Amino acid sequence: MIGAKPEEIIFTCGATESINMALKGVAHRNKSKGDHILYSAIEHMSVLNTCKSLARQGFRVTSIPVDRYGIIDIEALRKEAQDKTIIASVMYANGEIGTIEPIREVANVVHEAGAYLHVDAVAAAGQIPIDVKGDGIDLLTLSSNDLYGPKGVGALYIKEGTRMEPLIHGGGQERGLRSGSENVPGIVGMAKAAEIARDEMEAEATKLVSLRDRLIEEVLASIRESYLNGHRTQRLPNNANIRFSYVEGESLILSLDMEGVQVSSASACTSKTLEPSHVLIAIGLKHEEAHGALAFTFGKENTGADVDYVLSVLPSIVKRLRMISPLTPKELLS
Amino acid sequence: MKAMYSAKVMEHFRNPRNMGEIPDADGVGVVGNPVCGDMMTIYIKVKEDRIADIKFKTFGCGAAIATSSMVTELAKGKTLEEGLRLSRKDVADSLDGLPPIKMHCSNLAADGLHAAIEDYLKKKGGEKS
Repeated sequence: MIGAKPEEIIFTCGATESINMALKGVAHRNKSKGDHILYSAIEHMSVLNTCKSLARQGFRVTSIPVDRYGIIDIEALRKEAQDKTIIASVMYANGEIGTIEPIREVANVVHEAGAYLHVDAVAAAGQIPIDVKGDGIDLLTLSSNDLYGPKGVGALYIKEGTRMEPLIHGGGQERGLRSGSENVPGIVGMAKAAEIARDEMEAEATKLVSLRDRLIEEVLASIRESYLNGHRTQRLPNNANIRFSYVEGESLILSLDMEGVQVSSASACTSKTLEPSHVLIAIGLKHEEAHGALAFTFGKENTGADVDYVLSVLPSIVKRLRMISPLTPKELLS
Repeated sequence: MKAMYSAKVMEHFRNPRNMGEIPDADGVGVVGNPVCGDMMTIYIKVKEDRIADIKFKTFGCGAAIATSSMVTELAKGKTLEEGLRLSRKDVADSLDGLPPIKMHCSNLAADGLHAAIEDYLKKKGGEKS
């Protein structure tokens, strides 16, 4: 599915472990090279918190900004990637706003500094083609459940010759890189899910892109002061992230839920931390703008009728909440 | 998502009571902040030291809207003194409780009511002097 050799794949208990293993394993093994780690500002919490942990252990970590579409600032990356940089972590695509990163360019810049590139491909795998060799990726994280496989299993691609140490020590399974009895049923399930994803990806992507684009175009056309988050074309086939001014995401989700539509929001009110999504802040949204964002994610079972249904209920939901909101300008309600 | 809230919260979210503005309000209370994700405005009309009419407008999550609706229902017809005694806990209890994480961030409605009453008292004080 990603163009790796079988011996370059290690199975883990999930993407979080893969990410921890990639960053900690490479950082600790390559201290002789330096002490510096790079990551993009819109990485998943698994990357951000692993980097925080490494920073507490004495590594220097630097966040690389993204533009208003969520695309990494290559020039900033070039400036920060230096002799002492050991590894950079940049996601293939962001699952929240859908933006696809220019991984080949990123790989060139990172390799010029003699550093390794880890790519979190959890959101991208099965959605868009990935070629670890052609893309120049040294380590790549995959999750099974994001490929419609079973939970509790993930994988880490480790390019042959990558210097790293294990996170989990023990009886030497997975060539000594990940000890512990293999989760065979999980691995078989993940392999099957990956096979299906690979075979169906092209047809699936064509279908999803048409659903996605119709939803985006018609929502933006029918609801005033609604805006697309992320890039219009450099975007995952299954993702439409749209924000609505003057309303808050959780109340939108609740209202859609009452109509039988499940979407997600990174609004502060749906999170454990009460902070709005770091991804939306990184693309330059104000807090009050970030609060009104909804992520529509399409899957295998969605059809054009689902898009029609969302389009039939969403405008009145937004209108109702805007009537309740003290922020809505009068002219928007007329 | 729905499962997080009591049936009463959902009912008030679906059919909020006393939603709107009072253009010639005697007192207006604004609490919260759109940056934090919750903001509400409470309007009151006062007659003979009683809250004769009350309306609200709220930007925020389901809990913020439901607590606003509930506080207007609890306060309507009450004396100003009774209104000032209505607490965040009274509002949450009347809604059969709120999820713990919502108790602070979204349970601003009682504060909004107090702010509206204080606004009225301040204006009234100003007229007398």
